[in-house]
Amino acid sequence: MMFTFYSFAAIAILFTLVILFTKNVLHAAFSLVIVFFSLAGIYTMLGAPFVAVTQVLVYIGGIVVFVIFGVMLTTKLNDQHVFSESHNRLVGYGMGLILLVTYAFMIGRIDFQMLQSAGSELQGGDVERIGILLMSDYLIPFEISGILLLIALIGATVIAGRKKEKQL
Amino acid sequence: MIPITHILILAGILFFIGLVIVITKKNAIMVLIGIELMLNGANLNLIAFSVGDPEISGQMFSLFVILIAAAEAAVALAIVLNVYKHYRTSNVSEINQLKP
Repeated sequence: MMFTFYSFAAIAILFTLVILFTKNVLHAAFSLVIVFFSLAGIYTMLGAPFVAVTQVLVYIGGIVVFVIFGVMLTTKLNDQHVFSESHNRLVGYGMGLILLVTYAFMIGRIDFQMLQSAGSELQGGDVERIGILLMSDYLIPFEISGILLLIALIGATVIAGRKKEKQL
Repeated sequence: MIPITHILILAGILFFIGLVIVITKKNAIMVLIGIELMLNGANLNLIAFSVGDPEISGQMFSLFVILIAAAEAAVALAIVLNVYKHYRTSNVSEINQLKP
């Protein structure tokens, strides 16, 4: 159990670093797939199999495909645009490191004992309970998010499908 | 039982590497990838805190976060495509005019 968690965590961090240091946008997109898969594994271990499946379906099946399409549509073949340069290196890395150290320090100071004892051995997250909650407590957010998705998809189609406009 | 601190540290590492990607990369699609990583870090936090919670609020929130991420990615990539059509580049530091 522990070993599986740490190996998934190591894979996730490793391939996140690959995304950070690679110049090729396509390699970054494929590393993103591996990061999402290992995160789905961690979700399963934390008792959230439904979220893990949603992660695989939506992120890997949807967003990564979007990203790869984006890469292919915004690059010409045989030119250098598929390579992404970096800027603000020093500031970015320094700031990220400082924030991470601060965050880890603060996490280390918190005492999670109460949380651990409050949690029962009951593992939430079976699909049935999620379905019941979606149709009872979370009904309004659920419906609103359906409308939001519809609006977002129509908006994306309108924005991306716009012809090279006559001069406004 | 995985100690929750370790999960939170992992989520923090993902989040801050995503932040560094957003800050340092020039390609707009790489910036989007960084944002996705940050959303995943936040999601991992939510799920870590919903372990053993009979009401699984954290999992429900993370489902909505995934949904918002999907909507955001669709719109953002549409915008990137439009910007590319206009400027012939997706380098965010060369895109400096709202209107030509």
